[in-house]
Amino acid sequence: MDRRSVLKAGMVLISTSVAASIFRPAGAALRVLNGGTKWLAKETLPPSPVDPTKRMFLTYKEFAQVTAIFDRLIPADDISVSASQAGCVVFIDHQLVTPWAAGALRYLGGSEEKGSDTQGNQSLRTPAYVYRKGLAELDAYCHEHLGNSFEALSAEQQDELLEHMESGDVQLASIPSNALFTQLLSNVQEGFFADPIYGGNKDMAGWKMVGFPGARYDYRDYVNLKGQKLDIIPVSLIGRI
Amino acid sequence: MNYTRPKADAVIVGLGWAGALMAEELTRAGLNVVVIERGPWEQTHRNMPPSIAADELRYGARREALRPPSVETLTFRNNRHEKALPGRDMNNWVVGYSVGGAGKHWSANAWRFTPADFTMATRVKERYPHMKLPEGLIVQDWGVTYEELEPHYDRWEKISGISGKAGVLNGQVQPGGNPFEGSRSSQYPTPPLVRSRWNDIFHQTTEKMGLHPFPIPAGTIGAAYTNPLGINLAPCTYCGFCGFYGCGNWSKSSPNACVIPALMTRPNFTLLTECTALKAEKAADGKTVTGVTFLDSDKNIGFQPADIVVFAAFQFDNVRLMLLSDVGTPYDPQTRKGTIGRAYNFQTMSYGFLYFENEYMNPFISTGALSTQIDDYNGDNFDHTNLGFLGGAGIQALSDQATPMGMTDRVPAGTKMWGSQWKKAFQHSYQNYAKIQGQGTSYAHVESYLSLDPNYSDANGQPLLRMTFEYNENDRKMARFVRDRIADICRVSGAKTWDAQAFPDQPFSPSRAYDSGHTIGGAAMGLDPATSALNRYQQSWDAHNLFVIGASSFPNNAGYNPTGTLSALTLWTAQAIINDYLRQPGLLTR
Repeated sequence: MDRRSVLKAGMVLISTSVAASIFRPAGAALRVLNGGTKWLAKETLPPSPVDPTKRMFLTYKEFAQVTAIFDRLIPADDISVSASQAGCVVFIDHQLVTPWAAGALRYLGGSEEKGSDTQGNQSLRTPAYVYRKGLAELDAYCHEHLGNSFEALSAEQQDELLEHMESGDVQLASIPSNALFTQLLSNVQEGFFADPIYGGNKDMAGWKMVGFPGARYDYRDYVNLKGQKLDIIPVSLIGRI
Repeated sequence: MNYTRPKADAVIVGLGWAGALMAEELTRAGLNVVVIERGPWEQTHRNMPPSIAADELRYGARREALRPPSVETLTFRNNRHEKALPGRDMNNWVVGYSVGGAGKHWSANAWRFTPADFTMATRVKERYPHMKLPEGLIVQDWGVTYEELEPHYDRWEKISGISGKAGVLNGQVQPGGNPFEGSRSSQYPTPPLVRSRWNDIFHQTTEKMGLHPFPIPAGTIGAAYTNPLGINLAPCTYCGFCGFYGCGNWSKSSPNACVIPALMTRPNFTLLTECTALKAEKAADGKTVTGVTFLDSDKNIGFQPADIVVFAAFQFDNVRLMLLSDVGTPYDPQTRKGTIGRAYNFQTMSYGFLYFENEYMNPFISTGALSTQIDDYNGDNFDHTNLGFLGGAGIQALSDQATPMGMTDRVPAGTKMWGSQWKKAFQHSYQNYAKIQGQGTSYAHVESYLSLDPNYSDANGQPLLRMTFEYNENDRKMARFVRDRIADICRVSGAKTWDAQAFPDQPFSPSRAYDSGHTIGGAAMGLDPATSALNRYQQSWDAHNLFVIGASSFPNNAGYNPTGTLSALTLWTAQAIINDYLRQPGLLTR
């Protein structure tokens, strides 16, 4: 195979590529890109702004539970509003109908085995299942052991229970309490610091709390102002909502 | 339905850095090249403009730019007596899922390895003849030297617009660069970016300690630049959405920004997108391969015949394709024979997590590679006599954490992780936290290897790759040494509190926070077919028209990110194909 024959073979191929495409299925054929022609990618769309008046997944009861839990994980105090005031419950309600919540990103093949600590989360539960089942089991636990719903407990009682959930000491019917706790904590923090387009971080409250400028995307004017307080007003992908 | 495409001169699996560079070389040499790529075609302005890319939930937390485990994952176990179980969630196995591969979302640390990293077996014999290595440690030469790769490193850096400061130019040490680096034939094509506040603190601290800080080479472009392919690149804006994100500025070196625009213009280049390579087919005599079978987006099976087959997928997938194609002998840890899956290695990490007081680190002014490093304790840059281990680490002040969601656990040890106490601590930490990363070498071990999993399969029914890995004694000793050097720096840095860690002090887990995604080897190149899958041209010993390019070729890992070296190796192999193989197909080590 010398260079010339290689070149020649290439020329022949180019002239036959149109004919060859006839034998290819149409969908895949569209995804064959040839040099020298125009390549157009499918567009990646921005997320649709969340309508905070819409309820997507959580029941009214669950919404109240999550509000109570989130507001202990990120309470209102002198440095920011609470999680629910920042829209974090709206955020998770809308997230819970995404493919992520249905477990579409997770590998769900094979049977569930316990595994070792180093092998990671082997559970086949989806995030949506953890919310639906976990919140119901937490409510049952609260009624049985504390005589009331979580949202009706005092802040001190709520914090104490959350601490026990964090360490996995609370025996729920099926969901490990630390798995439920970890899910709730990671999601409330996501809601607090995600772009406001997703329904949380209202008025960029989370970003303002720490001084993150959001989607500014260009700090060339600031790189030499080292070690200085910059007070950059944050910006969201959609501005203010 | 099954179909066969017209024959190509070369078929390449994967259009990341390795595949794109190989395609550029082969098409420029006149070959008709077809690339099979699992992901979709993407363009900066349609798929990752700033109005899309600056989204931490989408790309940082949900990791939309990466291949989800539901499509393909690995199984993992710490030793071969355990049952390997699948990685079900996103973890440190960070694999691309579009044209550009991991080269689209990488954090752009653009290193050369040191000359010693390629020849450690020889070096140990010469410099440490009495060193006792742990039983089972695999130390073998690559078969290629730094001097042979230098022109290819140089070419890749120019294609990519790498920003940096030369430390050794034509044998002369240069002020401000890395005095330990292999000699370079030219300066970096673009200047280093402005250092962060934390970079400066680290620089002053280490210089005071008699060490040699320098700005690391980075694929974050330092100035407006036109590369040798005629493609324009733009200066980096320090946006902070870098590793895990596509760049919206044409300012992060990537196959997408630096190479593919040239391929798009060449009529002898064809790209099959959203097609998954299933395996190469062997010829009847078993001595060559005839092409690649793939699954297209209509779920039909296609076959792409070609005279030359190149696997240029992610490291895991290169090894898996070798095993699925039944080329070479799978490694067996009991007999210690076989080469496919052998010499699997990693990146041995140590860290210092520091908390200052009254600082404004302004961490959002960030890139994936905004880093100042010392190489005084990297590779074989220091005398290992009586240390009891090989290797070391690049120790760096890394300003790559910009976005808050991924930093919420960055509070001093013992802090409650929620409630008002956490809020106050995190508010303070966001401006006062800093990180020293010891990115360490890794030497393979006979008990760590890759194989096909007997129990779990991917969405297409093919077996998953199984990783059997644990840190070895060399890793542990090296990492503790590096951790202690990091602690020395922390002590002098002015930080209020700090915590230095050697990762091998805990069992390896693919889901450990802050661990490396640099998974290396498994189809090693080398000089001996008994201990390497590939010869020194990354050519299969068992099928001479199969070339396997990527970090899968490294028999050991250096204390650096792998991309620069796998790119230089790709160009080295491309030259061997063009200048030698095409004239006389056969083993190039004849």
